[in-house]
Amino acid sequence: MAENVTFHFDVDGENFTSAGEASVLVKKKLRQLGLSPEVIRRVSIAMYEGEINMVIHADGGTADVTVTDDEVIIVLADRGPGIPDISLAMQEGYSTARDNIRALGFGAGMGLPNMKKYTDSMEIETELGVGTTITMKVSCKDA
Amino acid sequence: MKTETVLREIGAKELSGGAAEEFDGVYAGDLLSRAMSHVGEGNLWITIMSNVNVVAVASLTEAAAVVLAEDVTMTEDVLEAAREKGVAVYTTGLTVYEICAVIHSLSEKAL
Ligand SMILES: Nc1ncnc2c1ncn2[C@@H]1O[C@H](COP(=O)(O)OP(=O)(O)OP(=O)(O)O)[C@@H](O)[C@H]1O
Ligand SMILES: [Mg+2]
Repeated sequence: MAENVTFHFDVDGENFTSAGEASVLVKKKLRQLGLSPEVIRRVSIAMYEGEINMVIHADGGTADVTVTDDEVIIVLADRGPGIPDISLAMQEGYSTARDNIRALGFGAGMGLPNMKKYTDSMEIETELGVGTTITMKVSCKDA
Repeated sequence: MKTETVLREIGAKELSGGAAEEFDGVYAGDLLSRAMSHVGEGNLWITIMSNVNVVAVASLTEAAAVVLAEDVTMTEDVLEAAREKGVAVYTTGLTVYEICAVIHSLSEKAL
């Protein structure tokens, strides 16, 4: 690949009918670019969880995906409430999802742990009342 | 294992077609972010969840098919999303446990 390939998506808040749409599209694009199934799976899981979090916890945001020769970089940015305690939020099982959201199958408190587990690096920048930006990288070189 | 054999044995009804001919694993569970990491490509996913997010997870994980237990069905707009994404969906009157038991005994027989 000579040039980096980038994708940009606006993710709607509280729109559960299209939730995950950006992730499904990115997956399709990565397949067209010929990335390995393992890399595609990891990017799909991490991006889906981050996308859904923006929908259910932050009233939407933007997703930017950059594919370079070496890695896939996913940047998810929202103007939601921010995360008061990142280490608490990162714990498996911790969730503030409301009952109506849990009824849809969300709220296992596994989204952020999955994002960490399936990426090679993950950075969370968050400020209360301002928003959250999560940057994740997945190496294209198979481990 | 042949998907068709299992679907027949559990009395499944097709809601959205196109199941993979074979599946090579099963995950049973309803929490989406757990399913997201545990439904392997080509697996059957057994659940009682039926909203549109199930379709997104099944599509992203490339499940062989979604099997809805306890006669749960999907609304027509959700099924439309499933067909559009090529996600196969079936429903049966059996419980999740009963479905797993049938698959288990079929796999024992196959050995
Ligand atoms: N973008 C975000 N903005 C604000 N808070 C967030 C954001 N993402 C996550 N959180 C907080 O972190 C908690 C844990 O997130 P995580 O994705 O692990 O679990 P969940 O979304 O509650 O459930 P699951 O992902 O298993 O369906 C959330 O319940 C929420 O309080
Ligand atoms: Mg989440």
